[in-house]
Amino acid sequence: MAHEAIHTDANDASNVTNPEHAQHHIVTPLQYSFVFITLLVFTAITVFAAYLDLHWANPVIALAIASFKAVIVILFFMHAAYQSRLIKMTIGAGFFMFLVLVTMTMSDYISRAWGLW
Amino acid sequence: MDSAIATHPHTHETAVHADHEHASLPQHRHHFETEEQQREAGSFGMWLFLLTEIMFFGGMFFAYLLYRNWYYPAFAVASNQLSVPLGAANTAILITSGFCMAVGVWAAEVRRRKMLVLMLVLTTVFGIAFIGVKADEYHEKYEMHHIPGADFSVAQFVNPAAYGIKEEPLNPDMAQKTEIYFFLYFAMTGMHAVHMIIGIVLLFWLTHRAWRGDFSSGYVAPIENFGLYWHFVDIVWLFLFPLLYLINRHPLH
Repeated sequence: MAHEAIHTDANDASNVTNPEHAQHHIVTPLQYSFVFITLLVFTAITVFAAYLDLHWANPVIALAIASFKAVIVILFFMHAAYQSRLIKMTIGAGFFMFLVLVTMTMSDYISRAWGLW
Repeated sequence: MDSAIATHPHTHETAVHADHEHASLPQHRHHFETEEQQREAGSFGMWLFLLTEIMFFGGMFFAYLLYRNWYYPAFAVASNQLSVPLGAANTAILITSGFCMAVGVWAAEVRRRKMLVLMLVLTTVFGIAFIGVKADEYHEKYEMHHIPGADFSVAQFVNPAAYGIKEEPLNPDMAQKTEIYFFLYFAMTGMHAVHMIIGIVLLFWLTHRAWRGDFSSGYVAPIENFGLYWHFVDIVWLFLFPLLYLINRHPLH
C-alpha cells in the first residue's frame, strides 16, 4: 500500500485494475459547513447586488456569483475535487460542450436579422 | 493497489466458477476488479447522466438568454412581479437541503446509520419546504392571471398605475411578450420542481433502505450517486434564482 503515499491522479497504464488511481476521499462535515456558509453568504450578496444600479454589470455580477456557487458545489458537495482525471475531464467536457452549443446557436440567431434589431 | 494484481490473478479465462470469485464484499460486483474500479465506474456513469441533464436544462437556459435579449423591457417588468424574499428564502432552503445531503454522504461513508437516516429525513423536509414555497408562488401567479394561456392578462403591464405597481407602462406589443417570460418561468421552474419531486420520491426509498442498514456497512454508491443528482438540481436553481427573480430590481432611478 506504499502506492497511496505517493498518490497522484495521473493515469498509470501499468496499473491494470485501477489505472486512474481512483481513491476514496471522505469530505468532512466541517468542510461541508464552510461550503454551506459560503453559499449562503453569496446568496445574500447576489440579492444585495441586484438592488444596486450597476448598468451592464448587474447581469454579469449575478452570473459570476451563480457560477462561483455552482463551482464550489461541484468541487466539494459533489466531490469533483477529489475524483480521478477521467471524471474531472468528463465534467469539464460537458460544460465545454454546452458553451459550444450556446455560442453556435447564438451566432446563428444574432446574425439572421443583422442590423434590423 | 499494485498488490491487488498479485493477490487476485485474472481468473476470467477459466470456466470454473469457484475460481472466479475475487470480491470480498457483497456489494462488489464480480465484473469489477476492485472496489475502487466499481466506485469510479458508478460515478462516471452518474456524471454522464448529469451531462445529459445539463443539455436538457441548457436548451431552456438558451431560450431564456435569447428572448431576454430580444424582449428585455417585458422580461424586466414581468420579473419584478416575482417575490425576491420568497425566491431568496427558497434558495437558502435548497442550499440547506443540499448541505444535509452532503453530510448524509459523509454519514454513510463513516457508517453511521442513524446519522444518515436523520440527514436523509432533513434533506427530504427541506426539499418539501421548497416545493411548498414554489406552490405558493405558483398560486399567486394564478390569481394574477400570469399563467400563460387563455387566462393570461397583460393588464398589469399596460396599465401598472391602476394596479398600484410602480413601473413604466409597456406598449401593448411589448406587453404581450411578458407571456414568453412567464412561459419560460413556468417551464424552467416547473422542470426543476419535477426533478425535486422525483428526488423526494427517491429519498423516501433511500431513507427506508438506510434505516434497514443497507448503506452503513461500506456500500455507499446509491447515497453518493443520489447526492450527485440532488446537488445538480441545486445548481440549476442557483442559476434560475438570479436569472428569473433579479433581472431588474433597481427600476426607480
